[in-house]
Amino acid sequence: MIALEGVWLTIDGREILKDVNLFIEAGEISCIMGLSGCGKTSTLRLMMGLIRPTRGRVVIDGQDIVRMSERDLNRVRRKMGMVFQYAALFDSLTVYENVAFGLTRQRKRYSPETIAETVRSKLEAVGMEGTEPLLPAELSGGMQKRVGMARALALDPQIVLYDEPTSGLDPVMSTIIDDLIVRLRDRFGVTSVVVSHEIQSVMHISNKIAMIYNGSVVACGTPEEIMQHPDPVVQQFISGSSEGPIMF
Amino acid sequence: MLEQVGAELISLIQFVGETVVLTVETFRYVFTGAHSPRQTIRQMGDIGFSSLPIVLVTVGFSGMVLALYTATEFLKLEAGSYVGGLVALSIAREIGPVVTSIVVAARVGSAIAAELGTMKVTEQIDALRALATSPVEYLVVPRFLACVTMLPVLGVLAGVTGTVGGALVAVYAGVPWAQYLSSIQKMVDLGDVFTGLAKTIPFAVIISILGCHQGLYARGGAAGVGRATTSSVVLCIISIYAADFFLSAILPR
Repeated sequence: MIALEGVWLTIDGREILKDVNLFIEAGEISCIMGLSGCGKTSTLRLMMGLIRPTRGRVVIDGQDIVRMSERDLNRVRRKMGMVFQYAALFDSLTVYENVAFGLTRQRKRYSPETIAETVRSKLEAVGMEGTEPLLPAELSGGMQKRVGMARALALDPQIVLYDEPTSGLDPVMSTIIDDLIVRLRDRFGVTSVVVSHEIQSVMHISNKIAMIYNGSVVACGTPEEIMQHPDPVVQQFISGSSEGPIMF
Repeated sequence: MLEQVGAELISLIQFVGETVVLTVETFRYVFTGAHSPRQTIRQMGDIGFSSLPIVLVTVGFSGMVLALYTATEFLKLEAGSYVGGLVALSIAREIGPVVTSIVVAARVGSAIAAELGTMKVTEQIDALRALATSPVEYLVVPRFLACVTMLPVLGVLAGVTGTVGGALVAVYAGVPWAQYLSSIQKMVDLGDVFTGLAKTIPFAVIISILGCHQGLYARGGAAGVGRATTSSVVLCIISIYAADFFLSAILPR
């Protein structure tokens, strides 16, 4: 279970998150929606311990990670994976080395054959088999993102955080990635937190949806509850209309 | 005005704090042995062997210029027997370690800052952390160890090249070979060589830590990486000269 309790985040004097309370159930897919720059990615980074909140608690499986040392945090991170918005592949390493990175460092007992087989199966799951010897610069943005996903899944994490996993992908590949996220939940009970703008995809895969607006959670519930939500901000966001209370 | 001074002071304290923490953490990983020998060897190649030509050329020419001036003036004063010793002593104690370190700071310190800075702004450092890997262990320690081991080696080779370069010019100016060599034997001992080499180790710490710090704390896209690279060179050069003064005062003369 992941919980953000009374979280405030200020960066360079700008309030990014204001008193955010969010509870992510284990084994569910929770999506965070919101306008660009509303604090969705910061929320994911807080969950991974990449940044620390100004105030409040971030609890992962009962442990508050806010005051943890980097060494203790790494123990928590070993059961988590993160897919970055722009993939964040290590550009001096090949696709194979990127996907094998966590395996070679954290599964020291694995034989090279086991690592190779794991890399192959993860790349196959995201439709990137055969790209092992390529460097990230030789891949398109969408391909990089899929390799980033294979890298995040290589260690079979219990919790996976996805930062816009399907943006920049074609519709067919977006569906394949959505299906993969659902399959990980159904087969392995993986807890997923997905930041996304894509309403259709969010409604299709989520157990729970939270919407952040101006740094605060304005709506939280099942896809059906969000669709019926009375807040005009939520309704304008879902409809994509330029008319409404959302200020630009 | 007061506000600006306060902000500058805070950023200075922050810089010092970050650098101290980075240094302590680097030493902790070095002494606990948690680092990759493969990465370190790769960095030794990048930092050491690739810097060799430029280091030899710069220190070689510095030795030649020094010999040119001293040989001309000393021969006028009939003191040609001091030229070899003076050139070799200057190179061993000062020019060799300092010029080598400045060249390495410009070539390697900037490259470290640019590489780590690019990794920072493209979230690769965050990706490392998300994969439960310390950026200090994976990125800083190999560069630190490579600098600390390769800079003294470069310093020795640079010293030899500078002294030989000085000899070529001194002989051309009229100082006999035998006199140049006997002057070195009379005026320079192993202690002078070790004093010079001893300086290269703190200089290597400065180059690697400041280069890595500027990269790891880069922000603001390509412009931020550019700023980090420039700051790394400026900070390294100032720190090397300041450290050189204090080391020269402390080390036996």
